[in-house]
Amino acid sequence: MSLPVIRITDLHKAYETPAGPFPVLKAVNLEIQPGEFVAIMGPSGSGKSTFMNILGCLDRPSSGVYELDGRSVAAMDKDETARLRNQTLGFVFQGFNLLPRMTLEDNVALPLVYSQVDKVQRRERARELLARVGLEQYAASLPNRISGGQQQRVAIARALVNRPRLILADEPTGNLDSHTSEEIMGLFNELNREGITIVLVTHEPDIAQHARRQVRFLDGRIVRDEPTRTAEAIPC
Amino acid sequence: MFHEAWSAMGANRLRTLLTMLGMVIGVGAVVLMMAVGQGAQYAVAQSISSMGSNLFVVLSGFTNTGGVRSGAGNAPTLTVGDAQAIADLNGVAAAAPSHQGSAQLVYGANNWNAYVIGSTPDYLEVRSWPLESGHPFTESDLRAATRVALIGKTAAENLFGQDDPVGKTLRIGQAPYLILGVLAAKGQSLDGRDQDDVLVIPLTTAQRKLFGTPFQGSVRAIMVKAESPEVMPQVESAIVALLRQRHRLREGQENDFSVRNLTAVADSAAETTRVMSLLLGAIASVSLLVGGIGIMNIMLVSVTERTREIGIRMAIGARERDILTQFLLEAILISVAGCLIGLLLGVGGAVLANQLTHTPVVISGSTVLVAFSVAAGIGIFFGYYPARKAARLDPIEALRYQ
Repeated sequence: MSLPVIRITDLHKAYETPAGPFPVLKAVNLEIQPGEFVAIMGPSGSGKSTFMNILGCLDRPSSGVYELDGRSVAAMDKDETARLRNQTLGFVFQGFNLLPRMTLEDNVALPLVYSQVDKVQRRERARELLARVGLEQYAASLPNRISGGQQQRVAIARALVNRPRLILADEPTGNLDSHTSEEIMGLFNELNREGITIVLVTHEPDIAQHARRQVRFLDGRIVRDEPTRTAEAIPC
Repeated sequence: MFHEAWSAMGANRLRTLLTMLGMVIGVGAVVLMMAVGQGAQYAVAQSISSMGSNLFVVLSGFTNTGGVRSGAGNAPTLTVGDAQAIADLNGVAAAAPSHQGSAQLVYGANNWNAYVIGSTPDYLEVRSWPLESGHPFTESDLRAATRVALIGKTAAENLFGQDDPVGKTLRIGQAPYLILGVLAAKGQSLDGRDQDDVLVIPLTTAQRKLFGTPFQGSVRAIMVKAESPEVMPQVESAIVALLRQRHRLREGQENDFSVRNLTAVADSAAETTRVMSLLLGAIASVSLLVGGIGIMNIMLVSVTERTREIGIRMAIGARERDILTQFLLEAILISVAGCLIGLLLGVGGAVLANQLTHTPVVISGSTVLVAFSVAAGIGIFFGYYPARKAARLDPIEALRYQ
């Protein structure tokens, strides 16, 4: 098997509170191989969001080792992690998080600004990705002119603009109706088939059903890690 | 980056404008005050240079008749010989004895009362006073006490109107005086006297034919021009020593003359205006400072408002320095734009003040440059703290911020 994209070894995270350290993640171990589609599940407070933040290099573990693409993130400085977020990772958020005063095209092109790509290429690439998610006709619109599902597709286009190896999606369908959710999950599936590794946090079992592997968090630990059983009935 | 800063400013136009207003008023005030202050300095410098530079006046002593003292310049203690001896001192460029009074000048149907100065040909050099037309009188005029004269601008206009006075003859009393030349305009002296309302004639003519003197060869005053400002102290003490020796004054005996340094008076006037313009600039700078604090205030609000945006930018790969640059650029853009507008208003105000009140104003390139660099500096200085605050935000906290 090739080198894992993500390798987490004995990871702990505790928040400092006035009453002493409050543990959120306890001895988490996880390996994700290139091309996997993993759903991370668990009730709120189970530590899955903290875990995603650490995966996204937005937060640092209290102890333990996180290797991304074979490199230990703990050894990197802030500029290097910013570079990882820019080039290796793509984020998709529950609230879409598009910049409201920028056109969709500029939103999609924004990560390229931080990787010093020139203006003409930025524009070209942003158009290309908007076309990919089927929204090229809205390139010059502001985000509030389009629907939530469309905004999420723009956010996915933004996540893809720097050709990342890994997409991290935090409840990407949380603000969407079930039909639009299906569309978004279809898009993720397509990306996964193209070889992009996807890690997705959700608490909806039918969304998790789209993933090929499900990891369940409970109380800061991984309690279940298994391939998705395709035969399992999807509850209506 | 620049484009983004620009559009961020455009997003809240009224607030950007109000923030800018602080800079506009600050820079405008600085430019205006500097223009007025430098204008005053310029006016003083003008009257100093019109007086002649590096100038001493040696006045004769006073008489004391039965306890009634006459005031300096009235005792016949200075002579033409003293003037020549002073002219030979080291560091003295020229010395001209003078004997002056006023007289009624008559030309045709016009008459005019002007100040008449009797002096030597060196007088023009001592006063740094060029001729506008004609030629000066000479040593031989001085020896022969001929009735020739140089006329000042104001006197010439009052007597001759538009005519060229050179070659014409005016009368003082019954005596005719031939005008040899017209003196260039000098304007007001420091005490506001019109220096152009004057007639300059040979000293001997003034003494023998116009005013008369108690003793032949005595003069009331000698004007001395030193070669440079640096040698003025030595020249002053050399004059005192020379005259004490010539007048055979014993140790401990009072001087029968006095030496006045006119440049020192002028210097103190210049110093006063310099301090004044500095003070004006300082007061105006306070408003610039207030403008800067206004920028900091708004930038802090802006950082708080845009916390979520900062979080998103960080999540998609902005480095701390990208965020820092972005906010710093905005602050600089606001202050520089404000500065430009302030500059226009300040210059406009100065020109208006000049038009309306005839206050002399000077707008120098250095003023503009200083105002501009101070504004940019304020943008950086007061923009840095909010920008750093933005760059140091925790991305997770920033993303959660509503």
